[in-house]
Amino acid sequence: MAGSDVATDASSAPDTVKILIAGGFGVGKTTMVGSVSEIAPLRTEEPLTMAGLGVDDLDGIEEKRATTVALDFGRITISRDLVLYLFGTPGQQRFWFMWNDLALGALGAVVLVDVRRPESSFAAIDFFERRGIPFVVGVNGFHGDHPYPPEDIRDALAVPEHVQVLLCDARERESCRDVLIALLDQLIATAVQT
Amino acid sequence: MGGGDSAGRLVRPFALTGGRTRPSRADFTLIATVTAVDPQPVAAAPVQPEYTRILRLCAEPLAVAELAARLDLPVSVVVILLCDLLEAGRITVRPPRLVSRTTPDLDLLKKVRDGLGRL
Repeated sequence: MAGSDVATDASSAPDTVKILIAGGFGVGKTTMVGSVSEIAPLRTEEPLTMAGLGVDDLDGIEEKRATTVALDFGRITISRDLVLYLFGTPGQQRFWFMWNDLALGALGAVVLVDVRRPESSFAAIDFFERRGIPFVVGVNGFHGDHPYPPEDIRDALAVPEHVQVLLCDARERESCRDVLIALLDQLIATAVQT
Repeated sequence: MGGGDSAGRLVRPFALTGGRTRPSRADFTLIATVTAVDPQPVAAAPVQPEYTRILRLCAEPLAVAELAARLDLPVSVVVILLCDLLEAGRITVRPPRLVSRTTPDLDLLKKVRDGLGRL
């Protein structure tokens, strides 16, 4: 961490923690952030040139985002001295390096899955598994429809037993809240065991 | 998030940092909280209006990511400006709560769980 030559603390500032909302492109991450956030989702963008990417790397990015990678996030005030931030991760997982500290220090993650194309969330699941970051899977039904039971989705995604798979609707505040609570319950259960 | 100036955006933000693209310190992670020192030290003031905007925005504690979004500037640029302000003694920074995988903070987890339950 930093040197001690300057003030590195502000006692009036709240503690902050974060949870990541991940998943494939267009799976409803920003919608979910917006559903539970107390503020309208905020967006911050990084220019891609910083990383010295080759032109080839721009293939497949939406044209309107050709020069930046966006990160959407929201905020939930847990108490006067504790604030939870929700970060919707960039849909294209290979750009996560733009935010080196994004996954670092996260309580855990929600991987959103679109039932119509679950494969678009494989990379996110793989990312958290390899880094040992706890996560739950939220199956976001298109228009709230859920044609498959959670166990079918679990099999299709090869998600391990200890990871919860929940049906949800990213547009509904209560539904998103319940997914976050499921993640916290999972984290608490793990913490109690250790 | 202005639309039509995408060509200019790439150049402009790093002009604010005098061309610097790397921060001098590692304090300013996305959810580190920044607070302006009050009263401000009586020192030579940085003249760039962005510094003034930052100080105004973080009169109350504000996370780095929020600051960047409200300034409509890349986090990487804001972090460099924050390093300048920290070294000038004009702001304080509070790091995020440490989250350990090996020794989880049960009290913290329960606090978050209860807070979500109240939503």
